[in-house]
Amino acid sequence: MPFQPIKFYQTGSFVVGNRLLSEDQRSVQSSEDRTNSLTLGHRACQGCGEALGARYALDAAMRASGNQMVVANATGCLEVFTTPFPETSWQIPWIHSLFGNSAAVGTGIAAALRAKGKQDIRVVAQAGDGGTVDIGFGPLSGMFERNDDVLFICYDNEAYMNTGVQRSGATPPAARTATTDAVGPHPGEDFGKGKNLPLIAMAHEIPYVATATVAELRDLEYKVEKAMSFHGARYIHVLVPCPLGWGSAPSDTIRLSRLAKESGLFPVFEAEGGDVTSVSKIRHQVPVEEYLRPQRRYQHLFRPQADTETIGRIQAIADKNISRFGLTQSDPE
Amino acid sequence: MERPFAITLEVGTSRHNKTGSWRVERPVYVDRLPPCNDACPAGENIQGWLYHAESGDYEAAWRKLMEDNPLPAVMGRVCYHPCQTACNRGSLDEEVGINSVEHFLGDLALDKGWMPEPAAADTGKKALVIGAGPSGLSAAYHLRRLGHTVTIYEAGANPGGMMRYGIPKYRLPREVLDAEIRRIEGMGVEIVLNHKVDDLATVLAEKHFDAVFLAIGAEIGKRAYVPAGESARILDAVSFLHSMEGQAPPLLGRRVAIYGGGNTAMDAARTAKRLGATDAVVVYRRTRDRMPAHDVEVEEAVEEGVEMRWLSTVKHADAGKLLLEKMTLDEKGMPVATGEFEELEADSLILALGQEVDLELLQNVDGVVVADGVVQVDRNMMTGVPGLFAGGDMVPGERTVTVGVGHGKLAAKNIDAWLRGTTYSRPERHEIAPFDMLNTWYYSDAPQTVRAKLDVARRRSTFDEVVQGLDESNALFEARRCLSCGNCFECDNCYGVCPDNSVIKLGPGLRYEFDYDYCKGCGICAQECPCGAIKMVPETI
Ligand SMILES: Cc1cc2nc3c(=O)[nH]c(=O)nc-3n(C[C@H](O)[C@H](O)[C@H](O)COP(=O)(O)OP(=O)(O)OC[C@H]3O[C@@H](n4cnc5c(N)ncnc54)[C@H](O)[C@@H]3O)c2cc1C
Ligand SMILES: Cc1ncc(C[n+]2csc(CCOP(=O)(O)OP(=O)(O)O)c2C)c(N)n1
Ligand code: SF4
Ligand SMILES: [Mg+2]
Repeated sequence: MPFQPIKFYQTGSFVVGNRLLSEDQRSVQSSEDRTNSLTLGHRACQGCGEALGARYALDAAMRASGNQMVVANATGCLEVFTTPFPETSWQIPWIHSLFGNSAAVGTGIAAALRAKGKQDIRVVAQAGDGGTVDIGFGPLSGMFERNDDVLFICYDNEAYMNTGVQRSGATPPAARTATTDAVGPHPGEDFGKGKNLPLIAMAHEIPYVATATVAELRDLEYKVEKAMSFHGARYIHVLVPCPLGWGSAPSDTIRLSRLAKESGLFPVFEAEGGDVTSVSKIRHQVPVEEYLRPQRRYQHLFRPQADTETIGRIQAIADKNISRFGLTQSDPE
Repeated sequence: MERPFAITLEVGTSRHNKTGSWRVERPVYVDRLPPCNDACPAGENIQGWLYHAESGDYEAAWRKLMEDNPLPAVMGRVCYHPCQTACNRGSLDEEVGINSVEHFLGDLALDKGWMPEPAAADTGKKALVIGAGPSGLSAAYHLRRLGHTVTIYEAGANPGGMMRYGIPKYRLPREVLDAEIRRIEGMGVEIVLNHKVDDLATVLAEKHFDAVFLAIGAEIGKRAYVPAGESARILDAVSFLHSMEGQAPPLLGRRVAIYGGGNTAMDAARTAKRLGATDAVVVYRRTRDRMPAHDVEVEEAVEEGVEMRWLSTVKHADAGKLLLEKMTLDEKGMPVATGEFEELEADSLILALGQEVDLELLQNVDGVVVADGVVQVDRNMMTGVPGLFAGGDMVPGERTVTVGVGHGKLAAKNIDAWLRGTTYSRPERHEIAPFDMLNTWYYSDAPQTVRAKLDVARRRSTFDEVVQGLDESNALFEARRCLSCGNCFECDNCYGVCPDNSVIKLGPGLRYEFDYDYCKGCGICAQECPCGAIKMVPETI
């Protein structure tokens, strides 16, 4: 009987594990020996995307660095829910200093390790979107400019969640936050504001920039591992839904990440030296409405009646991403 | 202990914080009944055997299949696969080609000479099976596996029933049938051929056996009265197809008409074609959508040049021609005569109007209830006579090989209980796993693999097998299209997606456990489980 090896594994690499794949092809998260950088008992809300994203990313970084790694963390949910003194959820060397300085702290650690000749120890700095695009932006841009040997990971939940859901420079248009109320002729966050940090990072022409979501674990792990294969400044931007701030069901965290990508609103790609090298294609394209509707921060777009104009403007953003990054299957890479 | 400046407490792990107390709903693992298993008349655990096939362990897959059905190679060819009609993947792209994988496994087992598990220790009990059709063979196989001594009395010169004397070779090669029956004999089942039971009462009175399973099928072709001239040539389909086994084929002439719209009509027409008929015309009272024949059979017949004459009845048969009356359907879909007539040139007419059970042997048996020409049985397959069980075509229900095999298995379990002086209780059925419970995002896109067919020219002139099997690579592919509806297949998704690390992985084959001390009840695991094997249930306070 002729046997042609086939490349079809029922669920492929969409699921976390796959008994049909060989051990070395499986994800870090599927392993019973994963680090669990972030362990049990942390106080993140039910269904917190940030808790999930951090474990995904850091466990992968731990594997890639051979467990030789230090993490600097900015103030924000990820810091607060893991380290209410005297308890800690971190099972890795971890330091917190301030809200705005994790890139600077990371840079300092890297410099210290270099001075001590311990360059096999890798440095990761991380922050929420506020700590990245707003208050932490200066130190981060400096870290990029100097090409410091740090991987910076931003967990983007699109607002200042820890202090009660205030707007950040990563809050998307029309989203309601505590400081962008759903009142007036254009409720929620204004269109045309905010910053796109992945593109800004690329403009620094650092070795590696990538975006990812918690819905595509394998892609996220691949990117962390890839980032760890470079030295110099690297940046990964992970979309992490926040049930509290977004007004979404805790069980919808992964579904919403998936819809963000499948609608085109959150382009998933990677770039080296400032140029996009690959994009994660949309598998089953959906209109932005499907992504917006389950989130109470967009409720005013649907109630009392559908605000088709605003929804249309959001769709236009998705469409622009789709053509700009070539996100549909038919687009050449 | 010396502590750093301003540190007053010893640092400890957050594991002290049992976040499970936050929960209002808890996830629980469930096993649901996949729709394929639910639909299988033979009660196969289809998903269960596909699971092994997915990893390329074909022998384990075959053994799992053999727990329920002793005839996989036959089944992979003749089963009408209601499992595929029910398959959830049909709502995604196309249903899983379960039948083609069964075909592959059945053939591979024959190729490799795999033998069934040895029978259980001898019970000292003797069971008699009457009829070596699929139903009788299945009962015999299961009874033997359970350790009973089994004898089959078979009227024919060869075993197989309608699998041999009905279903034509081009759909079921006889080597395949023979080999699977031999395997059953190899387990110690004795088949006594040319042994027709004419009077069951005598057999029962002799008390040589502790229990009897009756599976004599429905083998008499129904004869409708067709007014006919003296030299008209009229045959019935069952006898016609029967004569294909070793006897000289009947002379049909060049133009053959077949009266009826069932599978038997299709087989008779296709056989007539192969015997050299230039025209094989099926005459049927209603329309195609109302035909009892399965779509594939009609399609294959048409491909081979069989013609269809819808909305027509045969009014009169004469040498060389038939008088047909045109019909229409009333609002209830019943055919009514129009009074319009037409002629059809035909050298012979084959009647394929259904089959009846030959109940002669029951004449002196008291207590067996017959209604609508079939023997009535209770849900344990027992007739009105204690210890006398019946199944297959001779009892109410659909008449297929698969149903027969299922009856045989169910009867065997009940006979076994009867012989041990207990009663058999069916295992509880799990809740069904419907399509909307799946998270289909996770499955790779993959269209069904189609089994190749013999080219039409050869199909018209030979009895070579029409539908070819899959090879290993595409059988593996096809098996892997299974979605594992409703039952954990250890994809690690729950283990990965839990933001609170509250899923414990127990290792290959052992699945997972929730750590309720920490699980906050967010429900992501249930939402992201591809196959719907996690359910959220409210916490009681
Ligand atoms: C032309 C044709 C094509 C078909 N194609 C298909 C198909 O593709 N797929 C499918 O699922 N089903 C098909 N069927 C239906 C299927 O063959 C029957 O439903 C099935 O064989 C019934 O099994 P059984 O064991 O009840 O009876 P049978 O198969 O009829 O077997 C009964 C056996 O009992 C023996 N017997 C009868 N009387 C006595 C007696 N008094 N003493 C001893 N032995 C006796 C007979 O010789 C026979 O061997 C087809 C039927 C026909 C006629
Ligand atoms: C200098 C300074 N200003 C303000 C604060 C209060 N503060 C703590 S966390 C936070 C917001 C964090 O938002 P983000 O970085 O997006 O992280 P998230 O909580 O959303 O994960 C703020 C404003 C602070 N700790 N330090
Ligand atoms: S507020 Fe949002 S980011 Fe913070 S712990 Fe809760 S879910 Fe996570
Ligand atoms: Mg934030």
